[in-house]
Amino acid sequence: MSDGLQAADVVVRYAAAAAPAVDGVDLAVPTGEVVALLGPSGCGKSSLLRAVAGLEPLSGGDVAWDGVSVADVPVHRRGFGLLFQDGQLFAHRDVAGNVAYGLAERRDRVARDARVAELLDLVGLPGTQRRDVGTLSGGERQRVALARALAPRPRLLLLDEPLSALDRALRERLALDLRDVLVATGTTALFVTHDQDEAFAVADRVAVMDAGRLLQVAAPGDLWARPASRRVAQFLGYEAFVDVPGAGDAVAPAVRALVDAARTAGLALLPTGGVLALAAGAFVVARDGHPGGARDVDGVVRVLRSRRGRTEVVVDVDGVGRVSALAPAGWTCTPGERVALRADAAAVAGLSG
Amino acid sequence: MPTAPALAPAPQVRPRTPGGGRGARAGWTVAVAVPLAFLAVFFVGPVAEIVGRGFVADGRLDLGGFGDVFSRPRTWRVVGQTLAQATLGTVGAVLLGVPGAYLLYRCRFRGRDALRAFVTVPFVLPTVVVGVAFRSLLVDGGLLGGLGLDGTFTAIVLALVFFNYAIVVRTVGGMWERLDPRTEQAARALGASPWRVLRTVTLPALGPAVASAASLVFLFCATAFGTVLVLGGRRYGTVETEIWIQTTQFLDLRAAAVLSVVQLVVVVAALSVAGRARARTERALTLGGPAATARPVRLREPVDAVAVVVTALTVGGLLALPLVNLVVRSMRTPRGWGLDNYAALAVPQDTLAVSAWQAAGTSVRTAVDATVIALVVGGLVALVVSRRPRGAPARRAVAGLDTLFMLPLGVSAVTVGFGFLVSMDAPLGIPVDLRTSPVLVAVAQAVVAVPLVVRTVLPVLRAVDPRQREVAATLGAAPGRVLRTVDLAVALRAVGLALGFAFAASLGEFGATSFLARPQDPTLPVVIFRLLGRPGAENYGAALAASVLLAALTAGIVAVCERLRRPGIGGAW
Repeated sequence: MSDGLQAADVVVRYAAAAAPAVDGVDLAVPTGEVVALLGPSGCGKSSLLRAVAGLEPLSGGDVAWDGVSVADVPVHRRGFGLLFQDGQLFAHRDVAGNVAYGLAERRDRVARDARVAELLDLVGLPGTQRRDVGTLSGGERQRVALARALAPRPRLLLLDEPLSALDRALRERLALDLRDVLVATGTTALFVTHDQDEAFAVADRVAVMDAGRLLQVAAPGDLWARPASRRVAQFLGYEAFVDVPGAGDAVAPAVRALVDAARTAGLALLPTGGVLALAAGAFVVARDGHPGGARDVDGVVRVLRSRRGRTEVVVDVDGVGRVSALAPAGWTCTPGERVALRADAAAVAGLSG
Repeated sequence: MPTAPALAPAPQVRPRTPGGGRGARAGWTVAVAVPLAFLAVFFVGPVAEIVGRGFVADGRLDLGGFGDVFSRPRTWRVVGQTLAQATLGTVGAVLLGVPGAYLLYRCRFRGRDALRAFVTVPFVLPTVVVGVAFRSLLVDGGLLGGLGLDGTFTAIVLALVFFNYAIVVRTVGGMWERLDPRTEQAARALGASPWRVLRTVTLPALGPAVASAASLVFLFCATAFGTVLVLGGRRYGTVETEIWIQTTQFLDLRAAAVLSVVQLVVVVAALSVAGRARARTERALTLGGPAATARPVRLREPVDAVAVVVTALTVGGLLALPLVNLVVRSMRTPRGWGLDNYAALAVPQDTLAVSAWQAAGTSVRTAVDATVIALVVGGLVALVVSRRPRGAPARRAVAGLDTLFMLPLGVSAVTVGFGFLVSMDAPLGIPVDLRTSPVLVAVAQAVVAVPLVVRTVLPVLRAVDPRQREVAATLGAAPGRVLRTVDLAVALRAVGLALGFAFAASLGEFGATSFLARPQDPTLPVVIFRLLGRPGAENYGAALAASVLLAALTAGIVAVCERLRRPGIGGAW
């Protein structure tokens, strides 16, 4: 399999740093696929992206396209486009001047104008050719930067946190638009982000990176359902971890309820010594539930908050710890109160250890 | 899914850098080699020759010249005067310049842009013109003749402050403009008075800019030549004028060489301080973006009131008065008011071979040549120094190149001119006597102008986000196209300003030119100086008129080039 991008055992080392920024990463992006590189800031994902683009020298390993190494090919001959977080539009050129910058047909006026118009249509900014880029809003700038990066028809598009500088509503809308544009143009893309929702919205596969190494590469659904390790689960937003008890062990009612719910849902065979990862919503406030019996699951409410109309409570649960539980809309209580809970297997994932 | 690609990476020792290829490497080599060769032949060579004459006698190392020169009380007097006037000139320029920077860069009022342009005028005026302007004001029978300041130490210091005020205003103002006003607002909200905010928040933040400006002003004051020569007469001088006197009047080349070495030590010390302060300024500047911080002047606020009063007195009394007086006096003739002095510029005066107009023509032609040379050399230096290479040794080399090309800014132009005189009979051992070539004057002026070009263009190139070049490369632009469409496109206006400064500096250059200009082709500053040295009201009147002409030429050129500058972008000066 040597179709598309192959990064093999890539090492990127900075002169001042003791540990390498990228430490032996293997990653393949087949033609037509969009892969998100997801990780906390400083994990080396941007360094990997820059090394693929040719902007950072390789200290080890190789970067190849269709099986041919490009490690010695200068940046401008690689045919890899790059979109920066802040767009990096050329302030001394107008919108059309920016978009046309990388066009092969930029000297042919008619062909150039046609292609620029086509690209601006594609990113939803028709008719803005003569606009000064200084007058564009943040979202418009990124759309122009995207049109500019797509203009030379790059065989691979690298996106370095292209939406991080925007506010949340715009980010969510642009993430969907971005996905549509990449699919419509059949662009192969490697997309760096620290935002799980963004990665899941845009990518076919997500590669989770931490401390210079790849932890797991999987399709969004698989990644969420089967995180490979506690670190991956933590980064995806799983907030508590519970060891699976042995058959005869005496355990807290909440743990028992979780294991039962997971078994019923056929989540996975849970061997003793395995771990259950709990996302927000692993517990749900039982409507009209009143705590009382020794076998009932309950928790003490610490914080009550509203998330887009729904009520979410932070509860301390015996044997589990502090988790976010969902409550019905309009439900309320006072902090410090004890509430009845039930487990929901949909927000629980099994880890092998 | 197998993620390992089909090919096995070859074991590597050296990190692979996908650079721009062989062409780019050759280009950078040329960009470094051309300025270095220029500096080596036309600056380091001549200066080393002079330094050598101080240390070597009869082919042996001989420090006797030092003992001899330093045992003369005259030497100590000159060194003392140099340091004293440079210190006082610097203190004066900073004390007056900081309020000016506040008013012109932090406040908004009608005519601010015109005032900003006006305070820059003295800085670009030829030193000889500054000397003539102050002398015509302070001389017996002049407007302020009653103060008895003619030929005094005070007059020299005032002229130095006049000359360097703009450096402080522009350097400090440029930084002040970009300081985030919210820091000050936070301090006010914490209960600090405007004065306490100024003392504890604003001035400390401006510290590097003030230090950078002060060290530059000190440098210019310590190496002042034309102004001091015209104003100081026989009683006051600097090391620079003393080198000139020892060479041309006493013909004591060894003493001149020893003094050149002394000057070099002072200059290197001041430059290293300036360099460190500048590095801190540039670091500090990256913290805050350019902000629209100007607000209307409020005379009720004490800070504003003080700034307005100090700046009004400085601009009116120190800057405008000598210039207006110069123009008025140039129209006074022995037969009453009129333009006779200007008419006299068309005919050769006294014993001079050429008319002032012809000399002006020579000046302009020479300055054009010098500007072209300075732009090529200085532009290449700025380009190289603006890059931040990956390796630490390369980064140090780039920083060294930066400092190296600042040296001509401070090394006495007289030393350069003198060095040309003694070394250009056979440069690099090639038996081509350049001393009789008119190109030599242009080359010497270019040596002086190169640092101005570098300092004007460099900040703009440094401000270009490196990712702009990266993004251009990922769009398929080869290194040459990146240079043209990113760096050059952004720096174009700064290049215009640099052109103006280089042209003005060349036009007014006097120190080196006074050694090198051929008697039959003097430049305008040389003619003015010669006219001053001759007796008679007509010669004096012609000197004043020629000064006005030279001032108008330089100020006009800079004004045109200044218009090209995009607001908020460009060098500190």
